Amino acid sequence: MSTTLQRPPADVSAKPAVSDRSKAENKLGLTLVAPAVVMMLLVTAWPMGQALYLSLFRYRLTAPDDREFIGIDNYVTVLTDSLFWRDTWNTVLIMVVTVAVELVIGFAFAMVMHRIIFARGLMRTSILIPYGIITVVSAFAWQFAFSLNNGFVNAWFSWLPWIAEDTNWFGDHWHAMFAIMVSEIWKTTPFMALLLLAGLSQVSEDMLEAAQVDGATWWQRLWKVILPNMRAAIMVAVLFRALDAYRIFDNIYIMTRGAQDTESISFLTYRQVIEQMQLGLGSALSVLLFLSVLLLAWLIVKLFRVDLASARGEG
Amino acid sequence: MKGKNAIGTWVGFLLILLWCLFPVAWIISLSFKSVGETSVGSPQFLPEDATFDNYKALWDWPFIGADPTGVEEDFQKALLNSFGISIIATVLSVILATLAAYAIARLEFKGKRLVLSLALAIAMFPVVALVGPLFDLWTRFGLFNTWPGLIIPYMSFTLPLAIWTLSAFFREIPWEMEQAAQVDGATSWQAFRKVIVPLAAPGVFTAAILTFFFAWNEFVLAISLTSTTASRTVPAQMSFFVGPDPFNPPYAQLATASVIVTLPVIIIVLLFQRKIVAGLTSGAVKG
Repeated sequence: MSTTLQRPPADVSAKPAVSDRSKAENKLGLTLVAPAVVMMLLVTAWPMGQALYLSLFRYRLTAPDDREFIGIDNYVTVLTDSLFWRDTWNTVLIMVVTVAVELVIGFAFAMVMHRIIFARGLMRTSILIPYGIITVVSAFAWQFAFSLNNGFVNAWFSWLPWIAEDTNWFGDHWHAMFAIMVSEIWKTTPFMALLLLAGLSQVSEDMLEAAQVDGATWWQRLWKVILPNMRAAIMVAVLFRALDAYRIFDNIYIMTRGAQDTESISFLTYRQVIEQMQLGLGSALSVLLFLSVLLLAWLIVKLFRVDLASARGEG
Repeated sequence: MKGKNAIGTWVGFLLILLWCLFPVAWIISLSFKSVGETSVGSPQFLPEDATFDNYKALWDWPFIGADPTGVEEDFQKALLNSFGISIIATVLSVILATLAAYAIARLEFKGKRLVLSLALAIAMFPVVALVGPLFDLWTRFGLFNTWPGLIIPYMSFTLPLAIWTLSAFFREIPWEMEQAAQVDGATSWQAFRKVIVPLAAPGVFTAAILTFFFAWNEFVLAISLTSTTASRTVPAQMSFFVGPDPFNPPYAQLATASVIVTLPVIIIVLLFQRKIVAGLTSGAVKG
């Protein structure tokens, strides 16, 4: 009996020992992530807070003494300006078209890469080159390819209805938009293909063989087995690429500088802040850009989640 | 059936190679065209009379930039800035990310999810949204147009990618091996150095390559937070280069500069393609 009476204090002393250990682990964990977190917040949260604050002022760097609190007037100015909506439309259009094209071509590339048994190193090396090349260089390469005097596109493709020997690609809106999108699609399709390849390798071969034995055609296997099983990978690829395309800036800056109404939202923001020095108005644009990216991310995740649930219902 | 598939794969393989390498071949070809040839118009793919002059000119002549001060700018200086800034940002970012990813993969602590979500949110952040406030803050703190002025934001924007890639890598490491080594008589430092470091090194290296690519590629901040070649990187410098004739873009010189800034990328890809692919997909898909 006396032994049972002696136990409780031992238990009591054991408990704090465990929580001391987890406390120490907790502390070490926080200490190790702290520098990275501080660094990330230093250049995002802090300036974003600053942008939120500045967006409430009429504030031009060229006339800093004229700074005046004007509430939400900057937002009203932006949201009622047709330029803002035209640029938003351009950005959304570029995003939707490039991501859709990249998804199809990227998937085809991934299928080929998945099957390939020879020259895998060569394949991997070449697919990484567009990914690694700086966007400015890819923009120049395509700008020169489409150039009126020095590009091969007109000379090679003048048999197409839309293209003539003397098509000035940067002389009208749709041709310029096309050239910008080609450059964007060329550079980022390989990245899409790599993400889809990773998803493809997670689809079980057994299931595919079973489907084949059951007499499913290639097309049926694609739609009923492969795609549903890669939904997570497709979502990640679409999410990453869509948000990336929505920020499009480098290509437009190099190829048209926004001429022929090809400006994107990022470009408009840059122009207001850096060229016009309109810090107040530009900050309002920054805040709107940030909010629209959040909205976009939320929409994409939502869209695929709905898809997931309905697919599960079918299965 | 089998034969048809093999042909399809071959055709696909060649199409992918064409897709990836054709624009690169085009820019290389352009860099060998003479300035005279491109100024009269040279729509054919290959140079009529290949020349090394552009490469020579890029090293010899100062780059004339559209700088407001009208100062003569060097391509070499921009290249130096690009290397310096990218390498410093990479090293610092990878050190911080390694600490954070180790904690995330190995330790139990509150706020782990929060750190990963924060990293994801920052990875999606529209960089342009920060240009205005950063411009304002950097001019106030004397960071505008300096190396640290670019290194600091590059670190912040590459940390998310590095943390995600590294924590995915570190999760696969069998940490018990460290204890096993200690049981076998190794000191904890020996166990860490001989067992964990060799297992973690490839992941750290991959994160470093991806970080370097980001910093090497970055453009928006490079044109917004710099004003001279004191800190301007190659992409920014190239975008401001108008050449001697403002009505005729300097095709050949820009193509040459393009080839030169692409070389480091191609070398890294050639040496480490397997690691890069593993890093890109593990960070994004296995998340």
